[in-house]
Amino acid sequence: MQPLTRVTGRAIPLGLKNVDTDVIIPARWLKTISREGLGAGAFEAIRSEPGNVFDNPLYAGAKLLIAGDNFGCGSSREHAAWALADLGIRVVIAPSFSDIFSGNAVKNGILPLVLEQDAVDRLLAVAREGLELTVDLEAQTVTTPYQDRFAFAIDPFRKHCLLNGLDEIGLTMARSEAIAAFEARRAAAQPWLMRGTAATS
Amino acid sequence: MASRPRTLYEKIWDAHVVETREDGTALIYIDRHLVHEVTSPQAFEGLRAAGRRVRRPELTLAVPDHNLPTTPRVDAAGRPVPIADPESAAQLAALEANAPAFGIRYIPATAREQGIVHVVGPEQGFSLPGTTIVCGDSHTACHGGLGALAFGIGTSEVEHVLATQTLLLQQARPMEVRVEGELGLGVSAKDLILHIIGRIGAAGGTGHVIEYRGRVFERMSIEERLTVCNMSIEAGARAGLIAPDDTTFAYLKGRPMAPKGAEWDAAVAYWRTLRTDEGAVFAKSVTINAADVEPSVTWGTSPEDVVPIGGRVPAPEDFADEAKRIAAQKSLEYMGLAPGTPMTEVAIENVFIGSCTNSRIEDLRAAAAVLKGRRKADNVRWAIVVPGSGLVKAQAEEEGLDRIFTEAGFEWREPGCSACLGMNPDKVPPGERCASTSNRNFVGRQGPGARTHLVSPAMAAAAAVTGRLTDVRALV
Repeated sequence: MQPLTRVTGRAIPLGLKNVDTDVIIPARWLKTISREGLGAGAFEAIRSEPGNVFDNPLYAGAKLLIAGDNFGCGSSREHAAWALADLGIRVVIAPSFSDIFSGNAVKNGILPLVLEQDAVDRLLAVAREGLELTVDLEAQTVTTPYQDRFAFAIDPFRKHCLLNGLDEIGLTMARSEAIAAFEARRAAAQPWLMRGTAATS
Repeated sequence: MASRPRTLYEKIWDAHVVETREDGTALIYIDRHLVHEVTSPQAFEGLRAAGRRVRRPELTLAVPDHNLPTTPRVDAAGRPVPIADPESAAQLAALEANAPAFGIRYIPATAREQGIVHVVGPEQGFSLPGTTIVCGDSHTACHGGLGALAFGIGTSEVEHVLATQTLLLQQARPMEVRVEGELGLGVSAKDLILHIIGRIGAAGGTGHVIEYRGRVFERMSIEERLTVCNMSIEAGARAGLIAPDDTTFAYLKGRPMAPKGAEWDAAVAYWRTLRTDEGAVFAKSVTINAADVEPSVTWGTSPEDVVPIGGRVPAPEDFADEAKRIAAQKSLEYMGLAPGTPMTEVAIENVFIGSCTNSRIEDLRAAAAVLKGRRKADNVRWAIVVPGSGLVKAQAEEEGLDRIFTEAGFEWREPGCSACLGMNPDKVPPGERCASTSNRNFVGRQGPGARTHLVSPAMAAAAAVTGRLTDVRALV
């Protein structure tokens, strides 16, 4: 995974609330067995509208996306994060995110950045001028050319993973002895829990 | 043992902590993992690329459901019918090859046990109370109806579970939705969960695990509890829970993958401890009066856009919040609805009875009870019933429900996700309206431009009969 430390770029001012993952990437694009190329289907319904923010040259090459409450709600499809990554988006700013989407985003090197609605509204206004925003993950700040400066909070483990581009599976596999000890305790105390499909009568 | 009173969620969480990191992130053991064809190919590919194996293959069960056409799967000679769409065929073939390659039990599309993962898990006794259950599908919340901590995950997490049988998680906050009193006649579990989502909003449960509490839930069948918990995600909660009880144990006893003999007795003894302690604290608590719940329908493009069937399409100005006014305006345009229109005047052209929310035997019985001796209205162009599994289908046929449906003008299909999401041939055409027992009314969910109204199975049947959204209580 590509590390994320500091991102400077234009931001797409989407601004809508409850943007679900069906809107981010419709189901017909999910018939792929690869993670690549999903940007082509991203926000398909919105992009079919004339004058939409995604096709506005003012936001060309944007690395950030700004949305309303509950971004990424609905389906757990990680294709939503893959589609955003394919569009070149590294940071999504919103007042809140769905739990599943924010986890998927981090695992793909995308920062789900939570700010109060007032701050999001201000950043939307700056973004609409086609100006660049800067996100500094180490310092946990978002700044604008107008000297706005907003601090944001982030879970320390997620920050660590993003800054270092860490592979969580590798981290967990290093703990395999602890997992084996847990499994041994379960197998002794509650053997039925460990049978799964092998229990078929 | 901790003496502090704990919620059901905290008890299940505590029992699955392998270890806790200094930053508070916990390594949580996963007891059961369901896999389908759409969110797994990249995970298996990741394992292959890294040379990793599946740590506990017997704790994962693979079933195809999302992509499968619901037309007959074998021809007259008993040969499997090829899948016409090459991309769907490739994805289904990938699961069929990946599961055995990694030692995972696979239920093929032609088996009687095949169905929607969230119908199959409970039905096979694979899903059990007090377990952690995950699947690359947000409606995994469903299994909370058995008292399991069940939640949807992304594909990276699917790979993580396959490789390590664990997940790195932050503990969620416990939330209580308490329902007081009894539901009225003709008001179903689906109406209740739609009402709850309308009340707390599509993000009302974000960061929380909801426990549904009160007599209403204790009196519900497992099918009804699965319906309620299924839609927890539509309120933003990754998981929903209902404490296991004698109804749960009676449902599970004798199921193929449930514990047997002395292990069954030990399991039940453990499951009886899985209740929220007296004095346990919820981070958030919402109380609903059951008498306020009426048959519910959605008018917009978020599951929080709920009104009682006797209500009207709202106007954007009705909402205090600016963002919601903008969203409502867009929803009304998409749905082709004018503010103030009575919901019962909204004509529909399609009816879909199915999905992991409402495709179990009781759902089909409820719909058939309304349809018996009746026929769909002429303006209803397409009406389908898609049983949640081959076993549900067989049971319904034994009860003669399939004939009631076909005599009413419905198509009787093979199990799968079908028209709940536009990724198999079952789609609602652009601009057309569908009374649907599924869980999402999102823009384009049932096909590009499709307009979805979420309802219960009985309400979907009533809409089919009159050709418009209808209060089923007027028909029974």
